[in-house]
Amino acid sequence: MSDHVVHSDTMRILIIEDDRDAADYIVRAFRETGHVADHAADGEEGLAMALDGDYDVLIVDRMLPKRDGLSVIGELRAKKVETPVLILSALGQVDDRVKGLRAGGDDYLPKPYSFSELLARVEVLARRRGGRNEETVYRVGDLELDRLSHRVMRGTEEVVLQPREFRLLEYLMKHAGQVVTRTMLLENVWDYHFDPQTNVIDVHISRLRSKIDKGFAQPLLHTVRGAGYMIRDNIR
Amino acid sequence: MSALGKLFRTTAFKLTLAYLVVFALFAAFLLGYFALNTRRLFTEQATQAVDIEIAGLSDQFNSAGIRRLTQVVDARSRRPGSNLYLVTTPNGDGLAGNVGSLPTGVLEKPGLTETIYRRIEEGETAELHRALVRVAQLPSGFKLLVGRDLDERDRLYDVVLDAGKWSTAAVIVLGLIGGFFVARRVLRRVDAMTETTRTIMGGDLSGRIPVAGSGDELDRLAHNLNEMLDRIEALMRGLKEVSDNIAHDLKTPLTRLRNRAEEALRISGSEAEYRAALETTIEESDSLIKTFNALLMIARAESGHARGNMIDFDAAEAARDIGELYEPLADEQGLSLDVEAPAAVPLHGNRELISQALANLVDNAIKYAAPAAKANGEPSAVTVTAGTEGDNVLLSVADRGPGIPEADRARAVERFVRLEKSRSIPGSGLGLSLAAAVARLHGGELRLEDNAPGLRAVLVLPRLLPLPQPAISSAPAEPAEAAMPQSGTAPA
Repeated sequence: MSDHVVHSDTMRILIIEDDRDAADYIVRAFRETGHVADHAADGEEGLAMALDGDYDVLIVDRMLPKRDGLSVIGELRAKKVETPVLILSALGQVDDRVKGLRAGGDDYLPKPYSFSELLARVEVLARRRGGRNEETVYRVGDLELDRLSHRVMRGTEEVVLQPREFRLLEYLMKHAGQVVTRTMLLENVWDYHFDPQTNVIDVHISRLRSKIDKGFAQPLLHTVRGAGYMIRDNIR
Repeated sequence: MSALGKLFRTTAFKLTLAYLVVFALFAAFLLGYFALNTRRLFTEQATQAVDIEIAGLSDQFNSAGIRRLTQVVDARSRRPGSNLYLVTTPNGDGLAGNVGSLPTGVLEKPGLTETIYRRIEEGETAELHRALVRVAQLPSGFKLLVGRDLDERDRLYDVVLDAGKWSTAAVIVLGLIGGFFVARRVLRRVDAMTETTRTIMGGDLSGRIPVAGSGDELDRLAHNLNEMLDRIEALMRGLKEVSDNIAHDLKTPLTRLRNRAEEALRISGSEAEYRAALETTIEESDSLIKTFNALLMIARAESGHARGNMIDFDAAEAARDIGELYEPLADEQGLSLDVEAPAAVPLHGNRELISQALANLVDNAIKYAAPAAKANGEPSAVTVTAGTEGDNVLLSVADRGPGIPEADRARAVERFVRLEKSRSIPGSGLGLSLAAAVARLHGGELRLEDNAPGLRAVLVLPRLLPLPQPAISSAPAEPAEAAMPQSGTAPA
C-alpha cells in the first residue's frame, strides 16, 4: 500500500459482517491504513453498536444472522441515525442494488471486491458529510472548475471539455485528494453498474489528462496503481 | 390374469362400465315405463268398452225386458272376436251369453273384476283366458255380465318386456366387449408410453413415444411429450457443453494464476519483483471474477429475474451513451465509432442490461475490427444504430472486422464459445451470449448478420414486452426458452 496516500483524518468504521475471515481481513486492512475499525458479527449486535458508537461509516453485509442487513439500516434510519452505510452483498445485481439503496444504504458493493475499491468508497462516504456539494467552484492547484458556468481554467488558459469530460473532471475534483476507482467513475459519471470488458475508463482519463495536464509542469491527475485515480495538488 | 386385471383397472374400462350401468338402468326404466303405460291404456280401453256395453244392454232390458236382452246378447255373443256376455237368472242360471265357466263368486262381486274364464264353445280341458268383467244387477234380480278378453294386453306386455330384457342384455354384452377393446387399445398405447418413459429414466434420452398418427388426444399427448423430450435433451446437451466449457475456460486462467504464483515463490527476487507478481495475480483474479459476474448476469437474465426493472426509455439515447463511452477506445484503436440514431426510439425494458448488451457488442466489434484496421492501414468504422422495424426495436453494431462465417454464427452466441480464430484475443467469450440472453429476456433475439465484410450484430427487441402470463401455461415455457442458448438464435 505504499502507493496509497494515508490521510491524516482517521475514520471510525463499523463492519457488520458474519463471515469471520472476511471481517478480519477488512478490519486488519482498515487498521493498517490508519483507521479505527470495529466488528460486529450479527445484525442485533451491529445495530446496538451503530446506535451507541460514533462511527463515520458503517459497512453492512446484507445477509446476517439474527437481523438482516437491510433491516438494520431501516432501523437506524428510523431512529434518525444518518451515518453513511455501504452495503456489501453477494447478490451483486442491479435490482438488489436498488433495493439496498432504497432501504437507506448510501453505496453498494458486490462481493467479491478488492480492498482498494472498498477503501476508496468508504473514504468518499465518510467525507460526504462535510462534502463540497454546496461549493460552486472547485479548485485544485491552478485548476479551476466552475459548476455554474461549466467553464474550466488551468492557470490562465481555458480548457474546453466535452459534457461528459466535464462531469468526469467535476467528480474527480469533488473528491480531490481521494482515490476514485474506475467502477465509481462508471457508476457516478456514466450511471452504468456493469463491468465493461475493456477498461474504457482509462482511455477517457488519458484524454482528460491530455487536456488538463499536457504542457504543464505540475500534473494534477494521478493514477493510483491497483486502485484508481486521484486529482491532487502535489504541493499540498 | 394380471394382464386382464390390468385391463379391467384401466380408466377406459371403468368408464365403459359406469356408462353401461347408467345406460342399462335408463333403458330398463324406459321400457318398463312403456310396458306399464301400454298395459294401463289397454285396461282403460277395456273398461270403457265394457261400461258402454253394460249401459247399452241395460237400456235394452229396461225398455224391452229380459227376452229382448237375451236375444241381443245371443246375437252379440256369436260375432267373431266378440266380448264376453252372460245373462243369468237371480239364482245364477245362465240365460244367454258366451261364457262357459267362471270362478265362483265373480257374479256376486260389484265393480270391475279381473278374472279367468272359459268360453262356452271350449271344452273342459281348454286353456283358461283372462278377462276384465263387470256385473250389473238388473232390476228383478237378473244379472248381466259383460267382459273383455285381456289376452291381447298380456301378450303385448310380454312382448315389450321380452324386448326390453333382450335389448338390455345386448347393450351390456356389446358394451362390455366394446369397453374391453377400447381399454385394450388405450392400454397398449399407454404401455408403449410407459415403456419409453422407463427407457428414458434408465438414462437413454433419445427414446421417443410412438405416435399412432390418428391425431387423437393420445397422439397429441405423445407429440407434446416428445417435444418436451426434445427440449430436455437439447437442454441437457447444452448444459453439458456449457459445464465442459466452463471447466475448460476457467481452468486455463486458474492454472496460469497458480503457475505464476509458484514461479514467483521459486525465483527468489527483489521485493519489487514479488510485488509485480502479486499484482499480476490480482489482475488475473479480477478477470476471473469478471467472468463469473458475466456468467451470473447471464443466468439472471435467463431466469427472468431482471424483469422487475423494466422501464420506458429512449433506446437511441442509450445507443448514443454507449457510443460516447466507447468512442475514445475506438479512436485509440484506430477506428472511428459512429452512432446513427437520428430519432427517439422508445422502448420498454431493462436499460442497464440493454446498455450492457450493447457495450459487449461494441467491445467485441472494436476488439475484432482493430487488428484488421491496423493491418490494412485504412480507417475502419464501427457503426452503432438504433431504429425500428415494424413492432421491433433494432439496435445494431456493425464492424469491418473478419466477421463470423455463417456456419459458426449460431454457435458464436453460446456461452464460452470462442471461435478458433479468436482464441488469441482476450475476453471471456461471454459477450455475445450475454447479449443474446438479454435479448431473450426482452422477448427478442440477437441476430448475427454479414456486414460484407465484417459482422453486424442486431439486438431485435419487441417494442412492447410480451407480458409474462402467470395464469397461462405458456409462462413457465418462457424461462425454459431463455435457458437454452443454443436454440434461441437461428443462423441469419
